[in-house]
Amino acid sequence: MIWNAFVIALREISRNMTRAFLTVLGIFIGAAAIITMVTLGQGATLAVKAQISSLGNNLLTLRPGAGFGSRGASAGVPHFTEKDAVVIGEQIAGVAAVAPVRNASLSTIHLQNARVSVVTGTTPAYFEINKWKLAEGRLFTSADLRSGAAVCVIGNTVRKELFGSENPIGAKLRIGKASCEVIGLLVAKGQAGMGDQDDTIILPLSALQRRMVGKTSSHDISQISISAKDGVDSNALITEITAVMRQRRNLQRNEDNNFNIFDTRQIAETLGSTTQLMTLLLAAVAGVSLLVGGIGIMNIMLVSVTERTREIGIRLAIGATAREVLLQFLVEAVTLSCVGGVVGILLAFGLCAGLARLIQVPFNFNLQINVVAFVFAAAVGVLFGYAPARRAARLNPIDALRNE
Amino acid sequence: MSDSPTVPLIELNGLTKTYGIGDAAFQALKGIDLTIQRREFVAIMGASGSGKSTLMNVLGCLDTPTAGTYRYEGIAVQDLSTDERSLLRRYALGFVFQGFNLLPRTTSLDNVELPLLYRGVSRKERREKAVAALTSVGLPTKMDSTPAELSGGQQQRVAIARAIVTEPSTLFADEPTGNLDSVTTGDVMELLKRLNEERGITVLVVTHDDHVATYARRIVVIKDGLIESDVSQSQGGA
Ligand SMILES: Nc1ncnc2c1ncn2[C@@H]1O[C@H](COP(=O)(O)OP(=O)(O)OP(=O)(O)O)[C@@H](O)[C@H]1O
Ligand SMILES: [Mg+2]
Repeated sequence: MIWNAFVIALREISRNMTRAFLTVLGIFIGAAAIITMVTLGQGATLAVKAQISSLGNNLLTLRPGAGFGSRGASAGVPHFTEKDAVVIGEQIAGVAAVAPVRNASLSTIHLQNARVSVVTGTTPAYFEINKWKLAEGRLFTSADLRSGAAVCVIGNTVRKELFGSENPIGAKLRIGKASCEVIGLLVAKGQAGMGDQDDTIILPLSALQRRMVGKTSSHDISQISISAKDGVDSNALITEITAVMRQRRNLQRNEDNNFNIFDTRQIAETLGSTTQLMTLLLAAVAGVSLLVGGIGIMNIMLVSVTERTREIGIRLAIGATAREVLLQFLVEAVTLSCVGGVVGILLAFGLCAGLARLIQVPFNFNLQINVVAFVFAAAVGVLFGYAPARRAARLNPIDALRNE
Repeated sequence: MSDSPTVPLIELNGLTKTYGIGDAAFQALKGIDLTIQRREFVAIMGASGSGKSTLMNVLGCLDTPTAGTYRYEGIAVQDLSTDERSLLRRYALGFVFQGFNLLPRTTSLDNVELPLLYRGVSRKERREKAVAALTSVGLPTKMDSTPAELSGGQQQRVAIARAIVTEPSTLFADEPTGNLDSVTTGDVMELLKRLNEERGITVLVVTHDDHVATYARRIVVIKDGLIESDVSQSQGGA
């Protein structure tokens, strides 16, 4: 009986390819939409999270000027001193590490390749604070810092631009007016959203000061990177650092801060909740598209209900039992729904892979959402394919036949 | 199931059929008493709207009577479950509809095979029997045509083939020749007569055509939902 139902159902599908196609279309669009949106939403969330953690999640950055934007223009505002960094590290208990940073844009030349790069002079603590990992070679040490050794560590973008396929370790790089040995290559961090972090050259602060730009004044530190100890409340830390810096910069009670502290954890939280909201939004849109898909399926089923009711009448009249007719319709609906679900999953896979590359987010196949979408779309298909048959199969054959 | 010759094949007592309810109710059959024995060939005649199709639908177990009893081989049909009536139709009854009722987009061959499919007949046997049935109604060249590609008369003949392919005990035919020319009508009636005489199939035919009625040995005339006359004639065939 089951085999018979299969034979009859498959014949009926093959005789009505248009109807079958439209049903499958409704199901797979619904399934593909929900899978694609949720997968890409999660990819975007992952990308943002990876970006944030690559910045260092306990990172505070002290900068001159009152804050971001036009008000924060730091013209005329004194920069920091190396001593500022030392004092912050020594006086504040919650601070794990501190690194003074001096940035300069300098021309860099290797053989016939030349470009302008951002060069950062700092201390070895900088690498750990900013979560830089070494790909090859070594980082510079405190000894290099003390001696002002002409050595540098480069980011992946600089390697690509200046060295191409050549191994940069041990090579000579001309930075400004000095020559410098490349001792290390950093693991790439990527760039989505935040600018290219890998376009960087990092060398001992003393080397930058002595060999390339000269020490112009004691206030030559453009920013101070600070990492907090685990479990330390960043707001309390900011308050402490602010107090110390106000004192060191001789600010009176009625004067505003002429520096600001940028907290990546806060940014991380804001961005995190934003992407969460975005994923929710995408899920809602996907839900709507599934609903639209469902209505599409329903429509096709309802349009064909008259014809199908007559078909049921004919089958009953020549001796089919209600159960056999229902089984046939169930097999038809399940077959079409499963085909639709599978096509939807394949389509979504293609779409996700393509779009993820296009908008530069990671693509992780999410089994759960695929299963959910498949089950949901298939359920809609089965429900709407089967429900009209249930009604018709209960009728007297002659009433089903008379249905118009 | 009793095969005793004392039990008639079909026995109707005070059978009524009312369509609709309340003010809109219409009584199409007003109390039919009718007995039909095995191997009979009966023509049912009467004016349009007199209740012929209604009677045939009830007899063919496609519709349920409002009141009265219908016994088929002694079984009270109105007491059967829906499934039992389906099985009765499957194994004992054949029906030719006034409006053909073929499956759309389905070839003649598949349409005719369908009742055999529900009987669980093997693929090969289904094919052979369907081909034979279509040949016997004069459609050997239209096996692979769908109803949309057939004329009214050809569709009617496919419907007849579908009804006889199972060799039912009883064949109900509601105006089976309504769309046929006189030559084809003669062929179809000869076929029914042969099935009746050679295979012992009981045949009930609704018709407006006096010529068709001459094939029957008994003519029942319906008027306004009641039997007006019931005449047996000695000789069938024209
Ligand atoms: N489903 C229905 N609902 C209401 N009234 C119906 C229904 N079917 C038939 N009737 C009425 O019952 C009466 C008998 O109809 P039936 O179809 O049995 O006539 P008939 O004798 O077969 O006519 P014809 O020769 O035109 O086919 C008619 O008056 C018709 O209007
Ligand atoms: Mg009629």
